[in-house]
This record gives sequence, structure tokens and C-alpha cells, in this order.
Amino acid sequence: MARMKFLCDAERCIECNACVTACKNENEVPWGVNRRRVVTINDGKPGERSISVACMHCSDAPCMAVCPVDCFYQTDDGVVLHNKDLCIGCGYCFYACPFGAPQYPQASTSVRAARWTNAPSAPVVRKPTTRTPSSRSTAATVWPKASCRFVPRCARPRRCWPATATLSPTSTASVSLPVGSARCLGLGQGLLRNQ
Amino acid sequence: MLGLLLVFFLVRGRIKVSKGMSGSTITRFTDIERLAHWLLAIPFLILAVTGLNVIYGKDVLMPLMGKEAFATLSVYAKYVHNYVAFAFMLGVVLTFVLWVRHNLPAREDITWMLKGGGILSSAHPPARKFNAGQKILFWLVFLSGVSLSLSGIALLFPYEFPMFAKTFSVLNTVATPLGYTLPTELTPNQEQQYAALWHGILAVVMTTVVIAHIYIGSIGMQGAFDAMGTGEVDVNWAKDHHSIWAEEVLERERREVLGGRAEPAE
Repeated sequence: MARMKFLCDAERCIECNACVTACKNENEVPWGVNRRRVVTINDGKPGERSISVACMHCSDAPCMAVCPVDCFYQTDDGVVLHNKDLCIGCGYCFYACPFGAPQYPQASTSVRAARWTNAPSAPVVRKPTTRTPSSRSTAATVWPKASCRFVPRCARPRRCWPATATLSPTSTASVSLPVGSARCLGLGQGLLRNQ
Repeated sequence: MLGLLLVFFLVRGRIKVSKGMSGSTITRFTDIERLAHWLLAIPFLILAVTGLNVIYGKDVLMPLMGKEAFATLSVYAKYVHNYVAFAFMLGVVLTFVLWVRHNLPAREDITWMLKGGGILSSAHPPARKFNAGQKILFWLVFLSGVSLSLSGIALLFPYEFPMFAKTFSVLNTVATPLGYTLPTELTPNQEQQYAALWHGILAVVMTTVVIAHIYIGSIGMQGAFDAMGTGEVDVNWAKDHHSIWAEEVLERERREVLGGRAEPAE
């Protein structure tokens, strides 16, 4: 089945972080957590590149594989979601994810909050809105319930998203990160990853 | 492991005291020694159960009790695991301090090992306070206990104590000449992955070892549990399993009775 993927053009990204802020604002993400982040490699050197990274909704998601309580689940559209009520906060998904998507809120005041990782949560039911461009409705039909509706907010500030929310015919992650970006993020190459 | 032990129990039966119980006892473990043992053992069992829940719980318990109940159980199990760990660490240190001098390799360990500890035959090769098998267990428990504690601390405080890159570079001094090279530049997440993996593997191995230890210390051998239960063991049991140590203790008692003074054995 067709899969939704974020594609970011590293040739055009200028590390303005507007996508980070827009996503955070749109989804009302708490302090200390960013669902999206901009990674820059070779900072200040020739060949510097930036790319915006978030949960890639892997087809065979390592976070789902390692979770001891199965709190991750994948929708029919291939969206990987996280159930905060089941999560026990063991941190295994942090170690398994090659993109650094799961996060704890830095200041937690309750047990529930401490159990909160920030892979996209179950979709918030929103009222119908008129501000969404209907020209992208193909995407909307495929991904109606995801937290980023239609054209995600992150894709609006600048045009470094040539293929935002395109339909990818393959079932595998279609974004290729620049070599070394995972290392730059301080992330593992996925020892526990099957793919 | 449980199946193997069951087969062994059915074949070998209970290892009995050869001359029967004598009725009189000698002190094998003092109060502090038994305290140290149980401070190690009870937290170990709790950690083993709550730890196995993390690895196998979602395959074994979750289908039985449902996702929500299992998640609630697991979150409390996690807290128990995290805090009881410190009692376990104390137990590792305490048992090591108390018993390390009895667990250094000695000459009679070789004959004991060659005779397989007399586990299949009825022979009882001589042994001091701890026989060679117990010494192996002691060092296994101590070394893996330290390793489990360290990797557990790395998991308790994520990204604070990266230790595998350094460990691998030390191991490489041995491994590289043999044709293996372990990675020495690890990302923080790889460090955590190795910590989780090693912690789990070692814990499962030690759990199987400890199951065998529990077997031989309880139903597997007549009179063995008294050593850690009351601390007083039957004289005939001691002569069977720890002949040299038993002679030393009896000799000391004889001197105390005779002369009222303890003199070092010559």
C-alpha cells in the first residue's frame, strides 16, 4: 500500500528551524520536546548540509520491535503511533530509533508525564478546518488521521520540501539521510534494527 | 534448564548424606554471612522476575492479562527493578568481602573437578569451606553481578555512563590478535543498545545458573539448605561435602573443649 513520507531537500534547507517551530506550535508539543529537528553536518565547513528529521514511520519500526509492552502501533496507512497510557518509560525505543524521534519531556511532574515519549501520539480529533488547501486532498485521503493534516505545518514556511507528503509507492523509508547525519545526531545505526 | 534439572532429579534422586544425619551440628554460616547471602539472593530473584517480564512479558503475560493490565503491572515492575537493584549491589559487595578468601583456587580443587564433584558417583572428593563448584559459582556471581550492576547503572542513568567503547578497546588488546576487532567509537545510542543487550543476555544466563544453584541447595541435596537456613549443618553432611573444612572446625572445637583455648592448627 502507498505510504506517506516526508522528503526534505538538503540542497535547499538553510537551517532556519521554522519547520521545528511550526510543528511544535501546531501540535502543542510540551517544553523540552521537539517532534522535528534540523540536523546540520559539516557545520561551517565546505559541503555543509542541513536536513529536517522527525519520526520516519518506518515500515518495520524498531521502536515497535523493542517495546516491552507493545505501546507502539501502526495504522493501516503506515503511521507509527505511541500510546502514552501503556508506555512504562523504559527508554528502549530511544536506543532503537535511528532518528531520535522518541523523547521524554525534560521536566516531568507526574508519573504519567515521565512515561511519555514523544513519538506521535494517537491522533487528536480536530474540528473541520477551512484553512487547509484542498489541492492536496490526495494526501488527505491517505493520511486523514495523522497529527500533521494535509500539508503539514513544517512544510509551509519555506520551500525546502519539494515532495512534501508525497505518496511513495514503496513501503520502505524513502528518505536518504546524508552520510554521517545519524552520527551527527548522536544516534546509533540501529543495532536492534531489522532493516 | 528446569527440564534438565527435572531429568537429573529423576535419574540421580536426592543426594543423601552417606552415613545418615548424625543429629549434632556445626556452624557453617554466621548470621552476617546468611544476611549477605539473602541480601544478594532475594533481590536477585525479584530482579530476575521483573527483568524477565521486560524480555518475555509481552509474549507470555500480555496475551493472558491484556495490554492495559500488563502495562500497569510492568510499570510497577520497572520501579521495583530500578530500586531493588541497589540492594542487590550491596549484596554483591558484602558476599564478596565475606567470602573471597575462601574462594581462592586451591590444590584440592583440581581433584574435585576431575571427579566432577562426585555428583554422578557417590564419591565425595575432599573440599574446604567451599568446593570447586561453589568457587566457580562465587566468581560467576561476583563478576556477572558487577557487570550487571554497571550495565544496569548505564541503563538507569541513560547517556551518563558510556562504558562499552572503553571496554571494547581493552578487549581489543586480546581480540585483535585473534582476528576480531570490536568497535571503539560508539555513538551514545549504540552505547545504550549494548548496555541493554549485555544486561539482558547476562541476566538470562545467570538466572539459569542460579536455578541450578537453588536446586542443589534445596531439594537436590539432603541437608544442604540448613547451611543458609539456620547456619547449622549436620556433622555428617559436613564430613561428606566439605571434609577438610569439617575436620578443621571439629579440631578447633575439640581444642576449645579440652584446653579452653584456641590454638592455630599446625
